[in-house]
Amino acid sequence: MTDITVDRLPETKIGESYLDEGHSLASWLTTTDHKRIGILYALSITAFFFIGGAAIGLVRLELLEPHGLFLTDEEYNRLFTLHGIIMVWFFLVPSIPTTFGNFLLPMMIGAKDVAFPRLNLMSWYLFVIGATFTIITIIAGGVDTGWTFYTPLSTLYANGNVIAAAAGVFVVGFSSIATGINFIATTHMLRAPGMTWTRLPLFVWAIYATSVVMILATPVLAMSLLLVSVERWFGVPIFNPNNGGDPLLFQHLFWFYSHPAVYIMILPAMGVISEVFACFARRKVFGYTAMVYSLMSIAVIGFMVWGHHMFVAGQSPYANLVFSFLSFVVAVPSAIKVFNWVATLYGGQIVFKAPMLYAMGFLGLFTVGGLTGLFLASVPIDIHVTDTYFVVAHFHFIMVGGSVSAFFAALHFWWPKITGRLYPDYWARFGAITMFLGFNATFLPQFVMGYEGMPRRYHVYPEQFQVYHVISTAGTVLLAVAYILPLLYLGWSLLYGNRADRNPWHAAGLEWETLSPPPKENFERTPTVTSGPYSYGEDAEPQAHTA
Amino acid sequence: MSDAPALLHEPWPSVERQREGVSFGLWLFIATEILFFSGLFLGYTLYRNLYPDAFKIAARETEVFFGTLNTAILMTSSLTMAVAARGATRGFRKMTLWCLAVTITLGCTFLLCKGLEYHDDIDNRLVPGPDFKLKPPETQIFWAFYWVMTGIHAVHVTVGIGVVTTVTLLIYRRRIPLATAAVEAMALYWHLVDVIWIFLLPLLYLMGRS
Repeated sequence: MTDITVDRLPETKIGESYLDEGHSLASWLTTTDHKRIGILYALSITAFFFIGGAAIGLVRLELLEPHGLFLTDEEYNRLFTLHGIIMVWFFLVPSIPTTFGNFLLPMMIGAKDVAFPRLNLMSWYLFVIGATFTIITIIAGGVDTGWTFYTPLSTLYANGNVIAAAAGVFVVGFSSIATGINFIATTHMLRAPGMTWTRLPLFVWAIYATSVVMILATPVLAMSLLLVSVERWFGVPIFNPNNGGDPLLFQHLFWFYSHPAVYIMILPAMGVISEVFACFARRKVFGYTAMVYSLMSIAVIGFMVWGHHMFVAGQSPYANLVFSFLSFVVAVPSAIKVFNWVATLYGGQIVFKAPMLYAMGFLGLFTVGGLTGLFLASVPIDIHVTDTYFVVAHFHFIMVGGSVSAFFAALHFWWPKITGRLYPDYWARFGAITMFLGFNATFLPQFVMGYEGMPRRYHVYPEQFQVYHVISTAGTVLLAVAYILPLLYLGWSLLYGNRADRNPWHAAGLEWETLSPPPKENFERTPTVTSGPYSYGEDAEPQAHTA
Repeated sequence: MSDAPALLHEPWPSVERQREGVSFGLWLFIATEILFFSGLFLGYTLYRNLYPDAFKIAARETEVFFGTLNTAILMTSSLTMAVAARGATRGFRKMTLWCLAVTITLGCTFLLCKGLEYHDDIDNRLVPGPDFKLKPPETQIFWAFYWVMTGIHAVHVTVGIGVVTTVTLLIYRRRIPLATAAVEAMALYWHLVDVIWIFLLPLLYLMGRS
């Protein structure tokens, strides 16, 4: 493969890349190119990420003192709601699928674009309009329900723009569904000749599994938010206990989406990690078939565990038992993945480039997050730690330690492909290590204080917890540095970085066989795939003939 | 086919593949819609099991005349839509356009009947709230579901009419070819909306009357 890369280098002329298909703002805002839409998504979710991050920065500052520092109760509630809504719906859910999924999925299967390019652009507009609308309403008027919109708080008592915020999330949901439909149809219909299902890279499988969850779970969220809005607006009773309504029904509907949503966040991350480990350990992913089945079974079983969010909400003990069991079951395929990643690394020729460091960070943090999930899946322990910082720490290990680390791994891995530039690896490695340390400093103390009884969503707390909160806030500073740093060196690389050739990592996969950055049509000719993914090692052959 | 170039869009390799793809995408969307409505059906089932007597009292107040009439209207529109979809693939331009026009008219008639029915319901003080005429309070839950279910269904019919009208006009003005995959796609959507109505009819109009 290397010789092909070198042979073709001189052809990389300006004017051939998708970035040069027009430089005006209008050419970007009306594009149907999946690569440009991926970039549009990347820019928007980055903006939302920093708004959500600023909100939680203020929350962490407030928590330095046991009696609060500078926020009223109301402001505190609104800030963590802002953080939750933005980070869940406007960053984590779209993060990897809409950016790297959009950019890479068609290239990885040898297609020219996604199945419905105009729908793809429309889904970006829905996303930006819905998300911006929600953020403006939250900042201008405030919502204090938390991101979960629990009834009857949200329908009868909450002060603030609940309906407007829910409407924005509803619209963003449609964007998610449109993206999911697009990815599934693309994977089914537009694979290049020879690209059979068992030759798909695991990243494609991961995005496919995610898309299935997206199109089947998101509509239920839409319906539950719609019912909340109807009840709040017209006063008709649906969840209102005064007329015999059942608030628990809302929680069932909400978590039927919101638990699978966790898998929407983590499945794409698993796909990224498989690609990165294979490349930087120079080995085929161990147990490809098991990896595929575990991805799909996480997607399926993930639909059957939502009740573990309601162990103390008045659900029947028999339901608790079943949901507890199924929550243990869903951990099995995740464990298979972890073991297979480790087996991939075993005996590999590991190179510690920046993407690899981020991926290693993922492996450790995801494992801790997953194991603490088993604590929460068992009813007696869950009753002890329900609504404490133990839960907060657990899901941040999965979502931030897992998904966000994987997002950064993907960003550093595919950056040369996307931009055609190389970044300074030293600074990137520094950023990866800072992120790992900052993350652990922020969230490890939360396990301890949560187990000792610190409840979530309070900004006034007993003094015995102050030391943990101070360490946690200090960790947040490190984490902030780690998030801002890439803006600087990646921004620098755009202007001054060395040009990347087709395949700077000597990675396998169709996307590395085309130019960096790729031309609008992705490939000079439709590739013919001749072998499975991850052909690393001495006898490695390119996966496809592109010329 | 003479209009083949206009039919094929990026990134599809062939018209046939593109047609399959559009149908496949629409089926995925139908899966989404089913899950969307399933939230309502779940809620309805739960409350009907909790309060069977209140639900019987409440359901007797729906206007079964309008419910039946609207079922007939919608089923007929499904027929004309099916004929249009088949006609479009066979190249029967005039018949397709007529059938689409009839479908649009029937859709609008459905909405008109629904509006008259809503008017009666409001006059009969069947909007949940302080003025609501039925007792016990759980009857309000049935009517909350009545309004939300039929309301969301009506929104779907309205969207369907908008899409069908747009595509019909585009075909009429020869802006898009008759053989476009859009006709089959919107036919699938239209049938979905009809099928949902088939489920709403017994749940809202027929229950409590036996």
